[in-house]
Amino acid sequence: MEGFATAAALLAVAVLAIVLISVARKGFPALNLDLFTQNAAPFGQSGGGIENAIIGTVIIVLIAAAISLPVGVLLAIFNTEFAPQRLAEAIRLTLNVLAGVPTIVIGVFIFSLIVVGRGQSGIAGALGLSIIMLPLIARATEEVLLLVPSTLREGSMALGASRTRTVLTVILPTAVGGIVTATIVAVARAAGETAPLLFTCSIFVATAVTTDPRQAMATLPIVIFSSSESPDPHAQQVAWAAALVLIAVVLIGSIVGRLLSAKTRRQIERAR
Amino acid sequence: MHTNDKSGIIDSMSDDVSQSESTEADVVGEPGLALARSQAKLAEMAGQHGDSPQSGRRVVFGLEDVSVSYSGMVAIRDVAFDIHENLATAFIGPSGCGKTTLLRSMNRMNDLIQGAEVAGRITYHGQDLFGAGVDAVEVRRRIGMVFQRPNPFPKSIYDNVAFGLRIHGMKDNLSDRVEQALRHAALWDEVKDRLKHSALSLSGGQQQRLCIARALAIEPDVILMDEPASALDPVATLAIEDLVGVLKNDYTIVIVTHNMQQAARVADMTAFFSVDADEKTGNRSGVLVESGPTSDLFIRPSDPRTEAYVTGRFG
Repeated sequence: MEGFATAAALLAVAVLAIVLISVARKGFPALNLDLFTQNAAPFGQSGGGIENAIIGTVIIVLIAAAISLPVGVLLAIFNTEFAPQRLAEAIRLTLNVLAGVPTIVIGVFIFSLIVVGRGQSGIAGALGLSIIMLPLIARATEEVLLLVPSTLREGSMALGASRTRTVLTVILPTAVGGIVTATIVAVARAAGETAPLLFTCSIFVATAVTTDPRQAMATLPIVIFSSSESPDPHAQQVAWAAALVLIAVVLIGSIVGRLLSAKTRRQIERAR
Repeated sequence: MHTNDKSGIIDSMSDDVSQSESTEADVVGEPGLALARSQAKLAEMAGQHGDSPQSGRRVVFGLEDVSVSYSGMVAIRDVAFDIHENLATAFIGPSGCGKTTLLRSMNRMNDLIQGAEVAGRITYHGQDLFGAGVDAVEVRRRIGMVFQRPNPFPKSIYDNVAFGLRIHGMKDNLSDRVEQALRHAALWDEVKDRLKHSALSLSGGQQQRLCIARALAIEPDVILMDEPASALDPVATLAIEDLVGVLKNDYTIVIVTHNMQQAARVADMTAFFSVDADEKTGNRSGVLVESGPTSDLFIRPSDPRTEAYVTGRFG
């Protein structure tokens, strides 16, 4: 039994290691300044970099965060501070289901809701990603709000503060580290999502840098997807390099998130 | 009164060191000694107090057949007595007798607990605390509270004291008000050079005095204290007790305590609660056994249960 369990654990670590090593081996040679400073090559030509894809991903993910952060945090506040027990549990269940919805379904949903008749856009892609981020941010924020000791709530209320005032001036400032962490983790996760973008933001007309989210924009996951299918060896190299960049962003995001989360927990523990 | 005789208190404090682990057990272990000790102290107190410390003082709280229940379970029932101005009144009694529950009803902190219900009347300066149109926020501004464990906000020392002032728009001379509150709580000299430091960097006793300062800053009329020294070491406990002795000149103090000697040291009036099982249902709930001047309660208890408790035979 112990042997099998150990083997399973080793297998999981090995899978991650193999993915990381193979992406690094194939992507690293293609990492150079051109990759980051050049845009995708026009159709039918070789060469080019991923500058426009990096900028596109940053813009889309920022828009998605701008939508899902306030909604997620407010949802968490409603759940922990205001909602009756039963309603809070129903909302929690809903969020869990939402987190489990296949991302391709979210893509189709946004496609039928927004893209049909209007065309693809960065905003449509961002909306898809925000649906993925929302349950992540809401659940993680709720967890950290529940960690805030109830003695602080009492202390504030005993001084004659209203519930709203207590949330704004005591609870949120205490939990802010946890909310930042949740956002970083959700951003890292959303940056790598491909399926919602396939339907909503995958046809790039311009090969130059686009900063207008009303147009379709190049993004890292889609560049990896399309370039890796290209017969052009340079395009395949670009795909590996883009994969390496993306995986680095996601890894760094998760690790920073974990470290910050541990720090926040320690700080809240001290206030107990 | 006792502040004149520091050495005596420090002696009794060192007794508390050994008792802080298991107060009651110790008293039971040496009933004769403990009894003799507290009676000597009380005789001294009685002499200084005169017979009735409450005579001629205004009633701040009137409790009329007060019962508090949580989701139908009665925690404490049929409590009736008065609490007088500028006195320290102690609530004592064994665990589960509802003394904290009663205290938390007196500034409507129980409103925050789902299912909590108060029956009977609690009046504050003659006005029904739970009457229509009474604003719980205003109640809590006038009736401050200090909790069992220090609960400073994870903010600076200054911001902790300024918190209530900012809420209630008392922002003129903010720094002066903060200083004044910290002085009242006997904490100013210890923190005046580090007001911007985190309140969590203070020791437990300092944190508790900060919480007292925070409550004093918004100029309340009453301070409710829920076992304010139970999480503190003997020296910090002494500081809090001294503070209660000073604060009662300006405020009305109600203090819940497990420690009978603490009640004897700080309280002018004492209410003793016990736990009763209902004859019909068998549900256990707290009841008021007797209340009166502390010295009477400890030296001439009129109820055998009080005598048993104060002499350490149960609890």
